[in-house]
Amino acid sequence: MSEARSENSASNVAVFDTHPSDAIDAESPLHWSRQRGVIDAAAGEGQVTVVERPFLGHLILRGGAIVLDEAVRETLGVSLPGQPLGLNHDADGSRSVQWLSPDEWLVIVPAGEEFELENRLRAQLGDAHFAIVNASGGQTLLELSGEHAREVLMKSVTYDVHSHGLPVGKGVGTVFAKTSVNLRRPREDRFELVVRRSFADYCVRWLLDAGREYGLSVE
Amino acid sequence: MSQHNRLNQGGRIDRSRSLSFTFNGQRYQGFAGDTLASALLANGVDIVNRSFKYSRPRGIIAAGADEPSAIMQLGASEAAQVPNVRATQQALYDGLVARSTNGWPSVQRDVMSWVGRLGGHLMPPGFYYKTFMAPASMWMTYEKWIRKGAGLGRSPAASDPDIYDHLNQHCDVLVIGAGPAGLGAALSAARAGARVILCDEQEEMGGSLLDSRESLDDAPAADWVAKAVAELDAMESVTLLPRTTANGYHDHNFVTLHERRTEHLADTAAGAGREGEVRSRLHRVRAEQVVLASGAHERPLVYANNDVPGNMVAGAVSTYIRRYGVVPGQKLVLTTNNDHAYRAALDWQEAGRDVVAVVDSRANPDGELVQQARDSGIRVITGSAVMEGKGNQRVSGARVVAIDTPRFVVTGSIEELDCDTIASSGGYSPVVHLASHTGKRPQWRDDLLGFVPGEVKGMHYAGGVQGIYALDESLADGARAGAEAARAGGFEAAGAMTLPAAASRRESATEALYQVPHEKTSLRAPKQFVDFQNDVTAAAIELATREGFESIEHVKRYTALGFGTDQGKLGNINGMAIAARCLHRSIPEVGTTVFRPNYTPVTFGAIVGRHCRELFDPERYTALHQWHVENGAEFEDVGQWKRPWYFPQKRRADGQERLETMHEAVARECLAVRQGVGILDASTLGKIDIQGPDAREFLGRVYTNKWAKLAPGRVRYGVMCKDDGMVMDDGTTSCLGDNHFLMTTTTGGAASVLEWLELWHQTEWPELQVYFNSVTDHWATITVTGPEARKLFSEVTDIDLDREQFKFMDWREGRVAGVPARVFRISFTGELAFEINVQANYALHVWKTLFAHGEKYDLTPYGTETMHVLRAEKGLIIAGQDTDGSVTPEDLGMHWAVGYDKPFAWIGKRALNRPDTAREDRKQLVGLKPKDPKVVLEEGAQIVLDPDQAIPMTMMGHVTSSYYSPVLESGFALAVLKGGRKRMGETVYLPMSNGTTHEAEVVSTIFVDPKGERQNV
Amino acid sequence: MFYIFCPYCDERREEEEFHPSGQAHITRPADPENCSDEEWGDYLFFRDNPRGIHHELWVHRLGCRKFFNITRDTTTYEILETYPMGERPTVTAERAGVRQEQGVQTADGGWQTVGARPENSKLNEETPS
Ligand SMILES: [Zn+2]
Repeated sequence: MSEARSENSASNVAVFDTHPSDAIDAESPLHWSRQRGVIDAAAGEGQVTVVERPFLGHLILRGGAIVLDEAVRETLGVSLPGQPLGLNHDADGSRSVQWLSPDEWLVIVPAGEEFELENRLRAQLGDAHFAIVNASGGQTLLELSGEHAREVLMKSVTYDVHSHGLPVGKGVGTVFAKTSVNLRRPREDRFELVVRRSFADYCVRWLLDAGREYGLSVE
Repeated sequence: MSQHNRLNQGGRIDRSRSLSFTFNGQRYQGFAGDTLASALLANGVDIVNRSFKYSRPRGIIAAGADEPSAIMQLGASEAAQVPNVRATQQALYDGLVARSTNGWPSVQRDVMSWVGRLGGHLMPPGFYYKTFMAPASMWMTYEKWIRKGAGLGRSPAASDPDIYDHLNQHCDVLVIGAGPAGLGAALSAARAGARVILCDEQEEMGGSLLDSRESLDDAPAADWVAKAVAELDAMESVTLLPRTTANGYHDHNFVTLHERRTEHLADTAAGAGREGEVRSRLHRVRAEQVVLASGAHERPLVYANNDVPGNMVAGAVSTYIRRYGVVPGQKLVLTTNNDHAYRAALDWQEAGRDVVAVVDSRANPDGELVQQARDSGIRVITGSAVMEGKGNQRVSGARVVAIDTPRFVVTGSIEELDCDTIASSGGYSPVVHLASHTGKRPQWRDDLLGFVPGEVKGMHYAGGVQGIYALDESLADGARAGAEAARAGGFEAAGAMTLPAAASRRESATEALYQVPHEKTSLRAPKQFVDFQNDVTAAAIELATREGFESIEHVKRYTALGFGTDQGKLGNINGMAIAARCLHRSIPEVGTTVFRPNYTPVTFGAIVGRHCRELFDPERYTALHQWHVENGAEFEDVGQWKRPWYFPQKRRADGQERLETMHEAVARECLAVRQGVGILDASTLGKIDIQGPDAREFLGRVYTNKWAKLAPGRVRYGVMCKDDGMVMDDGTTSCLGDNHFLMTTTTGGAASVLEWLELWHQTEWPELQVYFNSVTDHWATITVTGPEARKLFSEVTDIDLDREQFKFMDWREGRVAGVPARVFRISFTGELAFEINVQANYALHVWKTLFAHGEKYDLTPYGTETMHVLRAEKGLIIAGQDTDGSVTPEDLGMHWAVGYDKPFAWIGKRALNRPDTAREDRKQLVGLKPKDPKVVLEEGAQIVLDPDQAIPMTMMGHVTSSYYSPVLESGFALAVLKGGRKRMGETVYLPMSNGTTHEAEVVSTIFVDPKGERQNV
Repeated sequence: MFYIFCPYCDERREEEEFHPSGQAHITRPADPENCSDEEWGDYLFFRDNPRGIHHELWVHRLGCRKFFNITRDTTTYEILETYPMGERPTVTAERAGVRQEQGVQTADGGWQTVGARPENSKLNEETPS
């Protein structure tokens, strides 16, 4: 992992590697939910499973599609989704780019890759008007799968989670209970929820409650 | 008591499964498949309630959602109490406990019944308004007794053990009602490939087909229902929802469905052996298209004593006989104005009981059913109607008379018939409720003698709801509507649907008869009820029209017609017809009737769903929440955030250990920061990342102060106004790079400030190249502050903390406890302070490391209360507490933060030049020092100059922030005061609600370290 | 509960995702410093409250965070069109009657037109505001 700091004094924008070089304990947004037993208490029959994918690299890209497309393809090997609400993955599914708005995309990459990716993107994009914002500490990704995953979501989000409304390769920002989430469908048998750190405990408690009748479990 | 009204065979009940239940404390038996109403009728229970106003005995009148009287309080335990359940809609289960909603102290013998006997002269319409309104202060007392007497049901006093939830549904076609039209519509839409939801409020799908005399494809109609339901059930794209009432239709085809999932099994889900399951569910359906196939309600005729138990709607008689195997009496008189009702007489006779007569208002009825009745030997009296029922606790006879319907007079002599049941039918009222929920007015159809729904976008009508009652036509109409809805949703059926063969019957036309004329005037005749639930009589409506109420909307409000849980299902049209007759107008001229949600009552549980108890509202946690909990923090709600309020410590006094009070804890925390070092979790502050070549220009436009020269590495405080010049939010913004800034906002302002920036960027200045993104959750923010802060902080960071290298209002990058951090030298306490931003996942490590090193400095965690005291001592405002949308930067004494000479007309600038914002006597922020140091003024207390002035006193301002300062050893406050800055040293007065008056001196807003030397070391 | 077509997300969403921001097409005076108090007051405080067709500014708060405009009938709550910032409505109180003739497309379900999308720009030009 790069140790670089503020090397971009030339570029007018301060980039920042948030990760320490030493082995230091990190706590995911669901750490406290685990500590206090909210999650442990939920061992069920597992017709629905929630798995947290903590510590992934989350970058927000801002800019025009034309500006960003080539740089994203070059650095990430994934093209920008051509349609609103599109969600593209790389070949092994570990890196994704999602349309958030006409000038906003969410890139999720394996843990620790985000800083190097940001630097490469900035180098590619040069003087174009764009922005890259690291959001890795501010959100976490929950995977939801199992026979009744769709019913649990229907209790939670207003969006149409049927394949008609949310086919594979689509992601939407929508209402989740009394907060909002970024809901994605990376595969036929899986949904993803990108939730804000401060709301993560609420979202998981909600999912546990809504999924109780299906024996929902959280890993 | 035995089920002496139960037939030995027939109906859709299971006689092998006997169920036991209690009603008003008495035990009865029924069968699986019964409703509570059919079981009560089977047992010969006549009186099920007392009426609302006159306390008259009432029996079961109808068989479905239109039942106005048999309203029950259900539940064996306190926690399981459910009010206002219609006995006709409640499936019977073993152990069911029901009570009459109204009937205190008992339905049989009622202390209120004198009211009913003394009659209408004592309680005309408007009685409650007229009698109990004065004196107004007594209304609460009256209301309590009226409610107890009237009995509107009661909510449980114990916590509900059940689970409720919401399900968000989307479909191409929602079909409401699963009678012949609804089933036809669902089949045709589903076969076309549409995503279909079919809901029906009854226990079983099928509607009128379940008790029909008709055959489909030469088999009982119910057989076809079973086939149709099976076909739909097998389709993946179809959702079937029985026991589900469409109770509200909202804008753009948003429909709420109330599904009862265990109510038919027991009074709690656990009692049904289904613990943990949802008892009741609200489906929030967004439908592309809606097919409304809600059918029609049969209207009773209005005649004298038509409310005595034993009076029923004709169709209900058929339903009880054919569906439940119950004949609700021995000797029937049927009074009707149409052919369809003859089924009741035929069914009654086939059940082996006596049909005394059919009394038909029409002169020459000759339809097929009429002929069938005559052929069966039933006496048909034409040109006549039942004018009056006999009996008190149960019908004992009917007084029949020839009438002239158009002239509304009786024309012959009265014949008395001996009977115990009077069934009546005045025709049908389409169930237009849902179609009118968004305000669309139904249309009167003279040919149908009823209102049909007005046109609603995306809604299709099928069958009875638009006056198509014949079975063969209704099926065809359903298929048509389903296909049309599917087509509108983008699905085309392969071909026309084959419908089951049904007989087409010749009928003679229905006559327009609503109220039967009486030999006496309406006011003199025995009561002729229009609205049974609200005890509205024909006389009351007549009186209302005489008192000048000409619109049905006014008549309704005066008489209570159509109020309550009933919503006028049986009575509205009759009431309108009577009003129209009295006013010599047509029904549509008197008005139309519009209904509101909900169609039938919905339990609060279903409305609340999962949004209760610990999930009532989101709780937002910072990355350090765990530490706060483990270290005994008391929490304060700031928006949805849980913030530590203070950290009470154990204290030993008089040999006993106890927790500090809030006052003690806050005093200790304050002194620690002023004398040693304290630490605060400031992560909830809003943080916005701003990038782009025009970022600096943008800041200059949204902040009142200047940003052109802020260098990278520097931080500045900024004030934001709305364009009316009033302060909206404040915070610091750091220059991270020439094109890169980090803005902070108040905790509560985080989302609204970001939206504010986007609003201006997207609507006014899209040409500016800048992007805004929230990074509030990404960064955890830890503030270390106090005279010892540098010593402590230097132990854990590689940043050069030399005061010349790292000045006040600088920020630096480095490592804190090994974690990359941005550190800001800004201070909200007035002391030396370092505000540390680290990626939130590492926050706990950094925080704990600071404590490991902080022990020797007695590092003290402090909460929001101490933060407030410390900032107020420094005269630092909190936007939203010391400002309220009417305060300018000038009012706050922040002239230094207003860049009047900035080139661009920044937001708020123009308004600050208005004469009103330039006034010198505006309320200005000042400090207040109470004369008595022990006094802590109340926040919100009003300030006056003359404490002896008579009320109303001249109010000069109010206290915005007030605390006790352990440093000053005195209370102190911030306040806004008219012309305050010119009143320094003056004494002002704060009269309190308890009659005391506090005295305070007007002082500077800065109570501690006026020169600001302590933070700048 | 409206079902609102977001012209950026290009599909209809539940009202809960949106937030209304008042009347659309309010223009800030170009030179605030030199406009009269009355002009400034009009800009700040005075809004239309029509019975019938109204243009409103909304933001897709929980979705794409973009502001856009809605033409809505305040009597029926029907949304007649939604269109991005910087464009003018094709349905106006003066022009309500001509909507059909212009052949503005109706989105699926018939709730609102998408006639003000860029591909219909010609249509917009023909419509005086
Ligand atoms: Zn959107």
